[in-house]
Amino acid sequence: MIKKFVALLLLAGLGLMFVGLLLGFTPDQVLNTTASYYADHSVEDTGAANIVTAVIVTYRGLDTLGEVTVLFLTATIVSLILTQPRPSGTPIIGVAEKKALSSGELLQTGTRLLVPLVLLFGVYVFVNGHLTPGGGFQGGAILASALLLLLLSDPTKRFNHRLISRVESISGILYVVIGVLGLVLAGGFLDNRILPLGAFGTLFSAGAIPVIYTLIGLKVGAEFSSMMVTLSESRDR
Amino acid sequence: MVYVALITGFLLILMGLYGALTNRNILRMTVAFSIASTGTHLVLVAVGYIPGRTAPILDGAVTAADASLRIIDPVPQALVLTAIVIGLGVTALMLTYAYKLYETKRTLDISKYTDLKW
Repeated sequence: MIKKFVALLLLAGLGLMFVGLLLGFTPDQVLNTTASYYADHSVEDTGAANIVTAVIVTYRGLDTLGEVTVLFLTATIVSLILTQPRPSGTPIIGVAEKKALSSGELLQTGTRLLVPLVLLFGVYVFVNGHLTPGGGFQGGAILASALLLLLLSDPTKRFNHRLISRVESISGILYVVIGVLGLVLAGGFLDNRILPLGAFGTLFSAGAIPVIYTLIGLKVGAEFSSMMVTLSESRDR
Repeated sequence: MVYVALITGFLLILMGLYGALTNRNILRMTVAFSIASTGTHLVLVAVGYIPGRTAPILDGAVTAADASLRIIDPVPQALVLTAIVIGLGVTALMLTYAYKLYETKRTLDISKYTDLKW
């Protein structure tokens, strides 16, 4: 009881701070200097129609590389922790020998129909990242959701770990190589002008942005898949 | 409109933190942390909103010439995209450690884990 009271007291203090922030907040009427630079220059600098993509992939491309590295580390730590052999003598969680219940006709047929469509939609989202809302991270998450659907319809399904880690490491290496190429051929690390900018608003435009976002999409999809697959396989080991 | 989003975001943060502080079950604490991080995302996006403007994507309706007068701030949106991805990584790690803790003591009750308590 006393613990709940202390928690409520802490949250009341925090809520008071939030009220202060809220009362002092007035929405901007014009863009600030950074944002209006991005709004005015992103077309001539990068050729991308989606300014958020221009910020993420080109202007702050190094940060995105760091973000992908964080995800990579997470996937590595998850599989490192979960594949450690258990200390001897601890009982095994779950009953592996017991036959799992079938997931049902609806889910199995639906999976067969939906998985190719979901994969295609994921690829669409990251290939069009410089034109429409979406991009590598969203598309990668959609790719991984297709794998989740497969796991739901057949929980005992096994995936090829080597293939997943190959896709992940190759796209990661190519991402860095493109960044270094920008250093050599264009203005700086991860500069997208190593390829021609093309006609504004078409699929093959914005220089290297579609290539980089495709690589990010494959990498993120592989990382999410590896996390899900290790979490799902840890149960019966 | 922007105030509705801000208030909802702040309320989600407070609800999530309350859940994380009062729940004893590790899985419930993980869910509570996810709710709190959703609240911060909502607040961040709401701060970048400018009344009467549209999304920072250029097309036939919003041309490059008048972009800075028609679009909202793209920077908070880019930040929130990063925050969502990192939040997912944190959730995955929390679930993994919860599994590992369950394997050692066969319980998800946080008050049973007293090894570091003094």
